[in-house]
Amino acid sequence: MDYLAVFLPLIAFLIAGCFGREIGDKAVQFVTCAGVIVSAICSVFLFFKVGVGQAPYTLTLAEWVHTGGLSVDWALKMDTLTVVMMCVINIVSACVHVYSIGYMAHDKHKSRFMAYLSLFTFAMLMLVTSDNLLQLFFGWEGVGLASYLLIGFWNTKHSANAAAIKAFVVNRVGDFGLALGMMACFVVFGSISFDVIFEAAPDQAGRVLEFFGFEIHALTLICLLLFIGAMGKSAQLGLHTWLPDAMEGPTPVSALIHAATMVTAGVFLVARFSPVFEFAPIALMVVCIVGAVTAFVAATIGMTQFDIKRVIAYSTMSQLGYMFFALGVSAYGAAVFHLMTHAFFKALLFLGAGSVIHAMSDEQDMRNMGGLWRKIPFTYAFMWIGGLALAGIPLFAGYYSKDMILEAAYADNSWFGTMAFWFGIAAAFMTAFYTWRLILMTFHGKSRASKNVQDHVHESPRIMLVPLCVLAIGAIFAGMAFYTPFVSGTHHEEGGAHAEISHEAGTETHASGLLPGSEDFWGDALFILEGNDTVTAAHNVDLWVKLAPLVVGLIGIGLAYLIYMFKEGIAGGFKKLFKPVYLLFLNKWYFDELYNQVFTKNTFRLGNVFWKKGDKAVIDGLGPDGVSKISRRGGSLLSKFQAGLVYQYAFVMMLGVIGIVTWLFIRLKGW
Amino acid sequence: MVDFPLLSLMTYLPLVGVFFIAMIQGDDVVKARNAKYAALYTSLFVFLLSLLMLSRFEPGNPDFQFVEKADWFGNLGISYHMGVDGISLFFIVLSAFLLPICILTSWRSITSRVKEYMIAFLVLETFMIGTFSALDAMLFYVFFEGVLIPMFLIIGVWGGPRRVYSSFKFFLYTLLGSVLMLVALLTLYTQVGTMDILELMENPVARNLQIWLFLAFFASFAVKMPMWPVHTWLPDAHVEAPTAGSVILAGVLLKMGGYGFLRFSIPMFPEATEFFTPMIFWLSVVAIIYTSLIALVQEDMKKLIAYSSVAHMGFVTLGLFTATVEGMQGGIFQMISHGLISAALFLCVGVIYDRLHTRDISQYGGIVRNMPRYATIFMIFMLASVGLPGTSGFVGEFLALLGAFQANTAVAAFAATGVILGAAYMLYLYRRVVFGPVTNNEAAAMPDVDYREMMIFIPIIALVIWLGVQPGYVLERTEPAVKQIISNYNAALVNASGPAEITSPVIEEDF
Repeated sequence: MDYLAVFLPLIAFLIAGCFGREIGDKAVQFVTCAGVIVSAICSVFLFFKVGVGQAPYTLTLAEWVHTGGLSVDWALKMDTLTVVMMCVINIVSACVHVYSIGYMAHDKHKSRFMAYLSLFTFAMLMLVTSDNLLQLFFGWEGVGLASYLLIGFWNTKHSANAAAIKAFVVNRVGDFGLALGMMACFVVFGSISFDVIFEAAPDQAGRVLEFFGFEIHALTLICLLLFIGAMGKSAQLGLHTWLPDAMEGPTPVSALIHAATMVTAGVFLVARFSPVFEFAPIALMVVCIVGAVTAFVAATIGMTQFDIKRVIAYSTMSQLGYMFFALGVSAYGAAVFHLMTHAFFKALLFLGAGSVIHAMSDEQDMRNMGGLWRKIPFTYAFMWIGGLALAGIPLFAGYYSKDMILEAAYADNSWFGTMAFWFGIAAAFMTAFYTWRLILMTFHGKSRASKNVQDHVHESPRIMLVPLCVLAIGAIFAGMAFYTPFVSGTHHEEGGAHAEISHEAGTETHASGLLPGSEDFWGDALFILEGNDTVTAAHNVDLWVKLAPLVVGLIGIGLAYLIYMFKEGIAGGFKKLFKPVYLLFLNKWYFDELYNQVFTKNTFRLGNVFWKKGDKAVIDGLGPDGVSKISRRGGSLLSKFQAGLVYQYAFVMMLGVIGIVTWLFIRLKGW
Repeated sequence: MVDFPLLSLMTYLPLVGVFFIAMIQGDDVVKARNAKYAALYTSLFVFLLSLLMLSRFEPGNPDFQFVEKADWFGNLGISYHMGVDGISLFFIVLSAFLLPICILTSWRSITSRVKEYMIAFLVLETFMIGTFSALDAMLFYVFFEGVLIPMFLIIGVWGGPRRVYSSFKFFLYTLLGSVLMLVALLTLYTQVGTMDILELMENPVARNLQIWLFLAFFASFAVKMPMWPVHTWLPDAHVEAPTAGSVILAGVLLKMGGYGFLRFSIPMFPEATEFFTPMIFWLSVVAIIYTSLIALVQEDMKKLIAYSSVAHMGFVTLGLFTATVEGMQGGIFQMISHGLISAALFLCVGVIYDRLHTRDISQYGGIVRNMPRYATIFMIFMLASVGLPGTSGFVGEFLALLGAFQANTAVAAFAATGVILGAAYMLYLYRRVVFGPVTNNEAAAMPDVDYREMMIFIPIIALVIWLGVQPGYVLERTEPAVKQIISNYNAALVNASGPAEITSPVIEEDF
């Protein structure tokens, strides 16, 4: 079962990659889809066996690197966190695989595309099942590779290639942090295996490590370095610039990699390292602040973009920010809960957008859409479901997870938790606004497309709608169904409010009889210090805190209706009124321009200086070329000998050597 | 163990091949064909012998195996002494593996003086295997220097338009180092009274002398590596060398420097090694960052890969001098892995160079359309060079950095930026050559890799991935020797610090 769930995508990739040309597109599509669907079914079984049945275990597959003090194996670690991730990955991946058959029907390189998708799925599974940092890094870079290949899938397009490289290199900056964090772990713990690290973390809480000449709290250093890796993969502010550009890839890729799974790897990493992060409060604070700021900034940009995929991309970034500040206030369960619900509704939105793009003959600019809802009603309905879930409307999945995060942030009672709460509320308002802006601009009003495109608008084939349907079910029910196991809170013995909650949770468990409460469900997979249990505390916050996200969400939707449906002139008025702010948002806070000026240009300039000035002028000038010039001059003096250059050099050198040796003879005793 | 002198057989068998090739008569076509086949079969046979050696090698044994010892200069302490340990083992196999590939890759691209070309390569093989199996310093020196001659000829005779400049630059740089090394060797000989490497390791000389000798050896090995700032011969040599020459240069010759550090510098001059370690760390870091940045702005494919080689060798020196098992293992593994990957990258360049006869990156573009198989192969090696986990490139780089992190965190952090830059320049190269719109119609008309070329690449791909997933085969064989070097090194430092309290004032007076 576990082998099947992890290795079927690899087998599918190998078959598709090596024999794709021989067996044909149809066979490749069948093999890859079948592989991932079976994997998905297996992971659901594993979810019940390992997660619900609370029976974590680790399988060692083979030796990998054993040298000196380092010993690392290929292994499958199955615990609750892993199986949750596996379910998300395999289910979304299966949907995307099937959807791609329809979406890529007109592409010449179908089999290559399917092979890459399977490769990605495998790498992602390796990432979440690893029991050590090195295998995690293998998966980490593997998904980066698959992402690179898929963003640049249309490799004749200049912009796609540029985006692919950007994604890989920016991710490498994050990987640089992750690799250093891994090495720091090895120095501190003498191992990079999770079990060893997590067990020893409390004992090492007081240790300091020398880094760049500074004595730094070891666990904080490790956590911050790992977090750099997480920032790169999960597009947090500073290392986020690749994500919007990654929309150059085919839309199913955006849904799978850049919304549902790969970008959440950073969240997974921090959640996995909860036993270490708990002992590094400063690192948690940083995670929280970065997450909150990202959630806010990305939402502001999302309000102003016109490319339908970019709006959703910035929304993804913003939602990842939510997950991170949840992690930062130790609400790991809430973060993973949001990760799961977000995977469903965001993949739904992306695939829905893909369906729109498909209908519109590859048009992505919302300014050229409008009035589509009658022509593609199913897609329209699915986008509504995704939108409601994203905006956090009750009964839909996003409501449960997002509210839990905001409540946990508020309940943290720290300045950064409160800051995250308010940033999150602001982002929730903007989220609702830009989601409805997207829906209204795309589906309502008059059509702004050209005549030719309008004539071709058609509902997507069934093979694309069925996966949407599966995801829609997830987007509606995932929140309700898994609320108890993910975030019902922890049982504490002190009594008072805590006991009441856990009691409530306990009765719920017994009442439903299906799923355990969150303490039992997570088991050892997540670790929370007793004082940091914000998930439990979140159940007791004031009523206004619980209602605030919903209220601002409704206001956001209302405002979007006002501006884009009822009073269409208002948008322009707003733009004029807040022109500097609007331009700042529209230009994505000028991150790309800044990085281009500071990093890209200077790197190339420095490269040229080193090459032309360093290598050619200085080293060669003083070295071989210089010597040859001098000796040529000397050679003309000694031209009687007519000796070849080599001998002269050798001669000069011998003189030098003799000089040095003589000096040695004189200086050293006993000679 | 085998009861016949396997190492000598492997070393001198190519010379037998040379003898037969020299005897070949007939018109030019026949001569060329026979010479190629003779060279191919000889090198394949040597490769088989190397596999035999690999299978008979005892993994857990830190001592030298397949030892041969015979008198050479009577009682002068110079003898014919050969043997391999875990460190030299894989360099010999690597040399024997790459040579048939070199001959195959030159099958059509070399048209003039084929006979002499094949002779040069076989002679080169003799010297390479000899270098890695010699256990007598004099013998080592002969082989080590001997390598220069055929390489000089390969670049100088079969090279590109600026071949004379390049071959002289190559010769000069390496000669400079060699001469200093010879002096150091003679000094060592007069001090210890033997040229036997094992005995030299056991009898360290005084600290001050160690420092001078270390520098002299360093001059030679640093040029061979090459380390910054004595690396400028490498890009020129690579650019002008024929493809097979580049393959051997990158694949084996660069490793002689690292091997020299392991065999001479670190075990024989432990105190000097400790003294110079910070300098070597920073030189390595500079090499990694500086040459990576240069690689980013190259317009010539071979030059770009040559500069990337310097950067990768920076990880090697970094790892070797950490004096940790992880770091040293990483350095060795990185050398072996780089021997395969960079060789394959030069072969990749060779494939399109044979078709279009230019190394200018801007002349290519969009060739993924007409050469999909080539694009896949190139992609795999590009990623291996970038150090993607699952390929051999990752294991070496990671272990070397892990060792460095234990020794000095700042050094490791700076060196790790090379991983980012490495991704940048390799992906940028790949994009300009393989992806994008077609700019040159001739490039768009190039045929995909053929059967012979596939046969060259497939074994290397298999090795790169196998070593990435199961590096244990190499690591467990190198580990005993590495552990021995490190324990001797630490013991020597402890010994030295003991009596140093008494002797150090004397030395200070002296200086």
